[in-house]
Amino acid sequence: MNAKLAAPSEVAIEFRGVYYHINDIPDRAIVSDISLIIPHGETLVLLGRSGSGKTTLLRLINRMLLPSQGQVLVEGRATTESDPIRLRRGIGYVIQEAGLFPHFTIAENVGLVPTLEKWDSARIASRVEELLRLVGLDPAEFSARHPRELSGGQRQRVGVARALAADPPILLLDEPFGALDPVTRAELQREFSALVRRLHKTIVFVTHDIREAVLLGSRIALLYQGRLVALAAPQEFLRLDHPEVHAFTASLALTNGVSQ
Amino acid sequence: MSPWNFFLDHRAEIFSATLDHLILVVISMDIAIAIAVPLGMLIVRHRHLRVVSLGIASVFQTIPSLALFGFLIPIPFIGGIGRRTAIVALVLYALLPILRNTYVGLTGIDSAILEAAEAMGMTTTQILLRVRLPLALSVILAGIRTATVITIGVATIAAAIGAGGLGTFIFRGVAMVNDSVILAGAIPAALLAIIADLLLGLLERRLKVA
Repeated sequence: MNAKLAAPSEVAIEFRGVYYHINDIPDRAIVSDISLIIPHGETLVLLGRSGSGKTTLLRLINRMLLPSQGQVLVEGRATTESDPIRLRRGIGYVIQEAGLFPHFTIAENVGLVPTLEKWDSARIASRVEELLRLVGLDPAEFSARHPRELSGGQRQRVGVARALAADPPILLLDEPFGALDPVTRAELQREFSALVRRLHKTIVFVTHDIREAVLLGSRIALLYQGRLVALAAPQEFLRLDHPEVHAFTASLALTNGVSQ
Repeated sequence: MSPWNFFLDHRAEIFSATLDHLILVVISMDIAIAIAVPLGMLIVRHRHLRVVSLGIASVFQTIPSLALFGFLIPIPFIGGIGRRTAIVALVLYALLPILRNTYVGLTGIDSAILEAAEAMGMTTTQILLRVRLPLALSVILAGIRTATVITIGVATIAAAIGAGGLGTFIFRGVAMVNDSVILAGAIPAALLAIIADLLLGLLERRLKVA
């Protein structure tokens, strides 16, 4: 499934010569000349510094942004030609602060997309229970609570459950564990990587943390100043000879040094 | 005669003036809310309308109330002497706090929440009705509360153009140089404002999320 040269039917997401610039000012390109194929079932990590364009790439996939040039194809279809609402309901999305609705209970938050899709209430209820268990939260304890009554880690678990609610084939995550304390973060990373292996979804994961990238990615795509400068499987990636790769591996060596 | 004796002697009259006053306020507030809340929802998306409507509402707020009543009297249909003119003026006064708070409440929502809503595939209308509006409710209510207190106060001046209400006692008392008569209008008006403020404040706290 992770074959590097995928046949068209195996392609989940494809970037074809994509540029994105604000207000159509070509000098101010946020991302430039991105061509990238993401096959079904892959976990692609978009790695880069702040402002390298990784979040922009993510938002181009679910049509929160449209490319200024080139095409983004999701399941073979250009995002410019798909209905944004339909497209987004088929793509799970998790962001840093979870973005849970404070006026909804946990169950209502998780059941949001099924509710929008007008599932009947019994089906929503059983799906919500199933998902809360999947992310390690006891439905009896958490369903009726509100987001403010949860810890950051628990809220992020709910964020993941919400994104999975309608069983979308594609999942986008934008630094989902970035705001958590290191212990909780490591815990969620481990559980998420186990979850990913069970779910067989196409995942695009944005991070600036190379440890997270190596732990979770089947491939790592490195962005630097809006360009794709490296793309490789984790172990291979660590050996690449590119200054920006060195910059990231150096930060990894440093943290290893501290922990020893 | 002491204010207390005056109050006891004229309690039926004072009660009926309080009721008139309250009716004036309730009618004006209903109209103001019916205009300002939908308009506030509209200006979230329409920038030009936002600038124009907030500008106009601010201008009305800066006109002294007695002058505003004066301006309205010669205008046909909405003007003249009496309650109708008073209601028009009170509505114009109440617009700004409600409009501004509706706009601020709807736009002051955590961007992560709005981003998630959009990414989940909610339509603009669904985001407005199911996310923005419920989260803005307490801020909108705070605007309504401010407007109500202002309206109760300004409504006393409406007596000057023959709209009735508690202002009648105040103006009469001033003309007669009689404190008891003034207080018979001023005290109930102040009490109305305090009670309205308390009750709406209570409701505001109950509607507050997170």
